Amino acid sequence: MSKTMEPDLKSPLGGTHNEAAGKEWRHPSDNLLRGFILDNRAALGTLAVFIVMMALFMIANPTVFTTWYLYSSVLTTLPVALFVVVPLVFVVTCGEIDLSFPATMGFASWVFALVVQAGYDPFLGIAAAIATGTLLGFLVGSLVVYGGLSSLIATLGMNFLLRGLIQIINEGRSTALTGLADSWAYKIFSSQLYGIPVQIFWAIGFVVLSALLYNRHRFGAQVKVVGDNPDSAQQMGIDVKRVRVKVFVFVGIGAAIAGTFSVMINFTWWPTAGDGYLLPVLASVFVGGTPTWGGIGTVVGGAIGAVTVSFIQTGVVAAGLSGFYVQFFNGLIIILSLLGHKWNQARYR
Amino acid sequence: MAERIIELRDISKSYGQVYALGGVNLSVDRGEVVGLIGDNGAGKSTLIKILSGVVKPTSGEILVRGKPVTGWSAARSRDAGIETVFQDRALAVQQTIVRNIFMGRELTGWLGWLKVNKEIEEASRLMREIGFTSKVFTPHSIVGQLSGGERQGVAIARAIYKKAELIVLDEPTTALSLTETAKVFHFVRQVRASGRSILFIGHNIHHVFDIADRFVVLDRGKVAFTAGRSEVKSAEDLINFMEDLAHPGGLPGLHEAGDAGRAAR
Repeated sequence: MSKTMEPDLKSPLGGTHNEAAGKEWRHPSDNLLRGFILDNRAALGTLAVFIVMMALFMIANPTVFTTWYLYSSVLTTLPVALFVVVPLVFVVTCGEIDLSFPATMGFASWVFALVVQAGYDPFLGIAAAIATGTLLGFLVGSLVVYGGLSSLIATLGMNFLLRGLIQIINEGRSTALTGLADSWAYKIFSSQLYGIPVQIFWAIGFVVLSALLYNRHRFGAQVKVVGDNPDSAQQMGIDVKRVRVKVFVFVGIGAAIAGTFSVMINFTWWPTAGDGYLLPVLASVFVGGTPTWGGIGTVVGGAIGAVTVSFIQTGVVAAGLSGFYVQFFNGLIIILSLLGHKWNQARYR
Repeated sequence: MAERIIELRDISKSYGQVYALGGVNLSVDRGEVVGLIGDNGAGKSTLIKILSGVVKPTSGEILVRGKPVTGWSAARSRDAGIETVFQDRALAVQQTIVRNIFMGRELTGWLGWLKVNKEIEEASRLMREIGFTSKVFTPHSIVGQLSGGERQGVAIARAIYKKAELIVLDEPTTALSLTETAKVFHFVRQVRASGRSILFIGHNIHHVFDIADRFVVLDRGKVAFTAGRSEVKSAEDLINFMEDLAHPGGLPGLHEAGDAGRAAR
C-alpha cells in the first residue's frame, strides 16, 4: 500500500458517516484561491495575454487608448462575436467543429429582416430568427451526427450551401431597415446606456448563463463526457448522438442572436452578413484556451479570447501601425496563445 | 447457504462454426468473491459479456436468485443488480472523479441544474465505502491524475452506486504494478465486506488467488476446474493444474519453468 492510499481503518464498514463525508478530504484546492487558479488556469492565462497585449498598445499610443471612443466601438461589435464564440466552445468540447455558423447568422438575420420589412414588430422578427437558427442548427447537427459525416467538412459544405442559397434568392441585394431605430426592440437590444453600448450587457448575460450551463448543468456535464470518451458515455446510458445534435442547435441559436444584433447595429441586412466572423470567432475559441481534442474547455476563456481578438485589429491601427500589420499580429497572438496554453495545460489520457 | 445471486446453467455460445463456450455452469452467492481464471481465448470475455447482457447465449439458462429469466439483456442484467467494470476502464480521464461516478445519471434539481454538493457528498460516501480515500485527492480531482489502481477505484465506486449486488471486474489488475494491484484488492475486500459479491476475472493466477473465495478455471470454452479456497493449497497447485491443461500429459521440465516464471514475477 503506498502512502497516497492509506486505508481508512477506523471507519466501520458500511456504517453511516454521511455527515462527515466531504469534510475529511484534504487537497491543495481546499485553499480557495489556489483552487480557483487551478480550476481556471486556461481562462486566467488568456486574461494574462490580453492584459499584456493591452499594456503594449497603451505604451505605444497612450492618447488613443485612453479615449472612450475606441472601447465604445469595440463594445458594439464584440457582442456579435461573443454570441457565437460561446456555443462554439461547447461544440469543440464535444469533439466536433462547426464552420456553418456564418451562413446561419446570415440566414437567420435575413429572416429577421424579412419579418421587420413586412411591417411586423422586431420582437417577432427576433423570435423568427431564433427559430430559424434552431432549425438550421438541428439540420446541420443531424447531418453530421446521423449522417455520420466529418463535422469539419460537412459544416463547411453547409456554410457554402446556405450562403449560396441566400445569394441565389437575393441576387446580392441588401435590405435596409430604416424603421428599426424607433422600435422598442432597438432600444432594448441596441441602444446605449450611460454611453455604453447596451449589446455588451446582453452578451455578458449570455456568457454568464452559458458558463453556468457548462459547469453547473447536466447539459455541460454530458457535453464534456461525450467529448472526452464517447464510448464510455454510451456505456453509461448517455444518448451521445442527441448530445452532439444539441450542441449544433446551441450554435444555431447563438448565430441567430448574433446575426440579429449585427443587423440592428447597421440597420441593414447584407447577403454577406456573418461571413467576416468565421476566422476571428474560431481563433477566439482556441486563443481562449479550449483545446482542440475535446473533453475540456472554458467558456469564460473563450469570451476573453473574443475580447483579445477584437482588440487586435483596433489596437494595431490605433497604435499607429499601418493596417497591413493587422494580419501579422492576429497570427502572432494566436500562435503565442496556443504555445502558452500548451505549456499551461496537461493533457490526460 | 447464502442466497444465490446469479446462476448460469449450461451456457453455450457459438459464433458461426466456432464455439466460444460449450456448456458452462457458473454461479455467484451473496458476499462471495469468485475468481474466474483462464488463458487468453478460454472464453472469459464471452462469459462476462453474456453475464452483463451485452451478448446473448446460443443456448442455456440464466437464473436470478433462483428464478429462471427469459429475455436476458443488458437492462435485465442491470435490474438484477449486476454491474460490470470493463477491461478498458471506461472512464473520462479529463473529468473529475465526481463527473465520472455520476456519468449519465447526474444528480439534478430544477431544470437540470446539477446538485453539486449532493453529488460530492454521495461520491465521498461511495469512495469511503470501498476504502478509496486519500490525503492527496478529493472527489474533485481529475481522473487523469490518478494511478491505474486508483482509476479502478473510481470505476468500482461508480459500479456500486445504485444498489449493485454483483460487481464483475474484467481483468482489473492487468498492466498494474504490485502497489496498484494492492489498492484494487483493498477496494475489492471493502466491497465484499459491504455484503456485495464480486466476480473477479484475471489471467494472473497470483492476483486471483489472493482475493477469491472460490476459483473457476475456464479452458477452451468449458469449466475445467472449480474449487473453494480451502480445497486449493497454494497458487502453485493452480498453476500446475493450468499447465497440465495447456500441455496434457506434461512436458519435461515444465513445472520448473513455471516456478522460474513465477519467481521472475
